[in-house]
Amino acid sequence: MAEKKRTQVEDIDRSMYDFRYEDADAEKLDAGLTPEIVREISERKNEPEWMLEHRLKSLEIYNNMSMSDWGPSIEGLDMENIVTYVKPNTEQKSDWESVPENIKDTFDRLGIPEAERSYLAGVGAQYDSELVYHSMQDAAAKMGIVYSGIEEALHGEYADLIREKFMTLIPPTDHKFAALHGAVWSGGSFVYVPKGVKLDYPLQSYFRLNAKGAGQFEHTLIIVEDDADLHFIEGCSAPKYNVANLHAGAVELFVGKRAHLRYSTIENWSKNMYNLNTKRCRCDEEGEIEWISGSFGSHVGYLYPMSILSGRRAKASFTGITFAGRGQNLDTGCKVVLAAPETAASVETKGISKDGGIQTFRSSVVATPNAKGSRCTVSCQSLMLDDRSRSDTIPAMDIRCKNVDIGHEATIGRIGDDKVFYLMSRGISEEEAKTMIVNGFAEPISKELPLEYAVEMNNLIKLEMEGAIG
Amino acid sequence: MASNDLLVCRGLSASVDEKPILHAIDLTVPQGEVHVLMGPNGAGKSTFGHVLMGDPAYELTSGEISFDGEDVTELAPDKRSRAGLFLSFQAPVEIPGVPLRSFLRAIVEGRGEKVKNKEFRKKIQELAKTLDMDPAYLDRELGVGFSGGEKKKVEMLQLLLLQPKLAILDETDSGLDVDALSVVSRGMELYRETCDGTLLIITHNTRILEHLEVDRVHVMVHGHLVAEGDSSLIDEIDANGFERYEAQLADAK
Repeated sequence: MAEKKRTQVEDIDRSMYDFRYEDADAEKLDAGLTPEIVREISERKNEPEWMLEHRLKSLEIYNNMSMSDWGPSIEGLDMENIVTYVKPNTEQKSDWESVPENIKDTFDRLGIPEAERSYLAGVGAQYDSELVYHSMQDAAAKMGIVYSGIEEALHGEYADLIREKFMTLIPPTDHKFAALHGAVWSGGSFVYVPKGVKLDYPLQSYFRLNAKGAGQFEHTLIIVEDDADLHFIEGCSAPKYNVANLHAGAVELFVGKRAHLRYSTIENWSKNMYNLNTKRCRCDEEGEIEWISGSFGSHVGYLYPMSILSGRRAKASFTGITFAGRGQNLDTGCKVVLAAPETAASVETKGISKDGGIQTFRSSVVATPNAKGSRCTVSCQSLMLDDRSRSDTIPAMDIRCKNVDIGHEATIGRIGDDKVFYLMSRGISEEEAKTMIVNGFAEPISKELPLEYAVEMNNLIKLEMEGAIG
Repeated sequence: MASNDLLVCRGLSASVDEKPILHAIDLTVPQGEVHVLMGPNGAGKSTFGHVLMGDPAYELTSGEISFDGEDVTELAPDKRSRAGLFLSFQAPVEIPGVPLRSFLRAIVEGRGEKVKNKEFRKKIQELAKTLDMDPAYLDRELGVGFSGGEKKKVEMLQLLLLQPKLAILDETDSGLDVDALSVVSRGMELYRETCDGTLLIITHNTRILEHLEVDRVHVMVHGHLVAEGDSSLIDEIDANGFERYEAQLADAK
């Protein structure tokens, strides 16, 4: 008995020691992200003075802000790793050999994208990617479109415009990770479409995002001037492996009068990723934003692209799909602000959960007192593939105006045994039957995507469904 | 067992949620014959059809099913299908987002058959025409917004496409108007002609049987097979209904 007691005392001692140890660690972490480091980042990028000031101010905000206390847990987020990442001189392990087997397997089976794979394999490939990028840039340039890295653009013709817009839609004070982004952002795209210019093929940031040092805190700034038209496809559409485990990018979109922007994404980050991305769009009079959004990867995701309809008769539509499998907690949806008369928004989302995955649809619709005659419909459907998985719907509405028309409908269901049996009775295997049902469920989203992306999404669903049958 | 017996059920009992539905069913369908399973609503006829196809919603509590000389009692529905069994559903499901055409292609390819795009298109186009189906339906989502009649036509289309060894038609005639009924009859005849098909027709209505030469009639009441006979049974049931059989079963208990 006496011995046992002693053991217990030792246990308590050790845990107290552990606790202190973690504490000391946390201090080290605070010390890790210092104004000196931010200065160094800025200096290496040879940035204008105002950007350095912006970074330092953001860092201060970051340090004084607490973590959010809602949504999926981000306790597992390795902040030390992130600080290490943002430190200059840190070597990035992005060679092909360091990519986990399951991701390589996904690459192999998708058969795409060769260029991205090669990038991961080393320098030669980077050369490849650059070529592709430049050819796209040339075609767009002929129309007067600027499409470049945002860091380069800070020294270019539109430097003042960038300064005017940068982090105005997503101010560093918005949330802790917006502040972090403001302090350490790196890489990303700048797109400027002049008045009246309509590009009839999509611009893709596919390769752009793979620029060295980008990817995790990249900043995308797109300005579509009055009467112009653009379809932009965001570059995390392929499975991508990153050394660190946080993605806190920012996307700021400005849509001018009567202009139109379609912004498509399929995100398939590796499953150790905390994806805390922030995307926001402002539409002027009769401007229109269309979001197409697919979330497949990440361990934890918070993603709510926001449309601010600030001009009369501005329009927004959001079409999204989220697929949460084993070990994933994906909290996605969108925000809409009806801030002018006669604006219109529609939201249609699909959520799929399987293998214990958690999928939450979260939306916020705000109608300001100025939104007279506006309307918004929100429709979300969730499909659970087994009884270990979970789907939730959290729609919030804040209506401060009379004469607005706001509708919401949600359905949550399980995959129908009767449907699976029907397909099986025709000779289709259980796995294929479920894949077919899920692909059908996702069809309203995939039909909005360019063909190669639709194919990729179907393949992703197929890969996710494989081995799903116990 | 005669060598040409295609389907042999022995002592088949099944339940759903521990509630017994079928009681020791013995039933044999020889190759090339047309059998009819009749009985009042709720007799367990549809359950029987689903159990033959391997629907996991029902628990087989005893008995065995042999099909084409093979014990299929434990086989999954997809394997039974590939072995040559077919069930036409009373209430075919809807699968949003899956075009009928893709679905038809998937069920043919699921059999390991390589299909050429052009030939396949032509084939299903022709089948649709035979069944008075608007070809526009081929590009619609499977079952979504289809009328009862259209859904049944899609079942017949699959029957003709897959050409199974045995087709179980579960109340294919229910809720159909005269035109749709004649299309279904045409489908059945065509199936018989093109591949010497064997039929097990589940119905409580004798109208669909008018143009068919029926070999055997089985009568099911309260989950028991209570009578079996030649096609003259149909007229007898038409005239007198099932009361006699229900009474007999009650007496036997």
